[in-house]
Amino acid sequence: MFKYFEPNKIFAITSRAPRYILLLFIIILSIGLTEALIFSPEDYKQSHSVRIMYVHVPAAWITLGIFSSITFLSIIGYIFKIRNFFLISKSLAPSGLVFNIIALVTGSIWGKPTWGTWWAWDARITSMLILLIFYVMYLLAWRIYENDNKIFKVTSIITILGIVNVPIIKYSVDWWNTLHQPASINILSKSSIHVSMLFPLLIMTAAFALFSLLIFLMKYNTELIKIKNKGLDRL
Amino acid sequence: MYGRKVKLRFLFVLLVLITLILTVYLILKSLEENVVYFQSPSEIKILPKIEEKKIRVGGMVKKNSIFLESKEIKFIITDYKNEINVVYSGVVPNLFAEEKGVVAEGHLKDRNYFIATKILAKHDENYMPPEVKAALEEK
Repeated sequence: MFKYFEPNKIFAITSRAPRYILLLFIIILSIGLTEALIFSPEDYKQSHSVRIMYVHVPAAWITLGIFSSITFLSIIGYIFKIRNFFLISKSLAPSGLVFNIIALVTGSIWGKPTWGTWWAWDARITSMLILLIFYVMYLLAWRIYENDNKIFKVTSIITILGIVNVPIIKYSVDWWNTLHQPASINILSKSSIHVSMLFPLLIMTAAFALFSLLIFLMKYNTELIKIKNKGLDRL
Repeated sequence: MYGRKVKLRFLFVLLVLITLILTVYLILKSLEENVVYFQSPSEIKILPKIEEKKIRVGGMVKKNSIFLESKEIKFIITDYKNEINVVYSGVVPNLFAEEKGVVAEGHLKDRNYFIATKILAKHDENYMPPEVKAALEEK
């Protein structure tokens, strides 16, 4: 059932949608940044450094979400031999990599004034760095190998190896003593972040998600054009 | 309903995942001592022996325990069960304060005395505006 995605129909969407998503992204980002940088209050303890969090946390969420999606798609794609899923994964990966770097860099910038160090080899930060290496490996695999079947196998293996790291990132702050603070936002229990700060955080997350979607559609569009040029009528 | 190959590939992925998770679990379990970024005063108390190597102690800065001398700063790290005296000369981070989290890097002189070469402030997961904090304290 997955085999018969029609590139032409998908192409019609992916070539038109980006402009609307770009517009929406700009609107949401403007609201998010205004809220985060101007209207949201300063923190009682770290004062204005808290504003770094509005970039840091959404970036970290998005990069984890994208890696999980890539893994899911690659595994399903590998089991059922669905070419399309690999192309979707390939198009998702670059924004995941960028948000991973953003999370590490903003974390470092935040760490200096609050912790007193740019970098600490604690479990959370190290596992996040490992995720970055997996992203790099994943994208490299697409460039190194020529044969499609080989690419699909190698990238599937990389994602399977990397996915084990994702729960480690999430729970590192609970399992071990880390310099990084535990999660402030819990779905099941009360969050330890004030509503006035949670609101801009969620808007920024939406903005970053839209950005990833935008980059994804543009990348995916390119993949479809490549297929069209090869003269394949289905994926 | 699915082909034999599909089932085999599913089984393969499942086995790879299970093996990986078990391996990583065992590795992390055996390396627990190195994975933790710092030890609490209670963990220091039950150390089998005191070595000259670099370790980190973390916990809360005890209330009214900070003493500033000419070049040194002395304070007590507590986990509300055990305590350890820390001495440090240098600049402390801005967020270093009484009743707040701290991680000290250095070495132990004895079980109750820690010579720090670096002080890091540990931030907690609470984020709130100053007014809310003030209101909470009034309660």
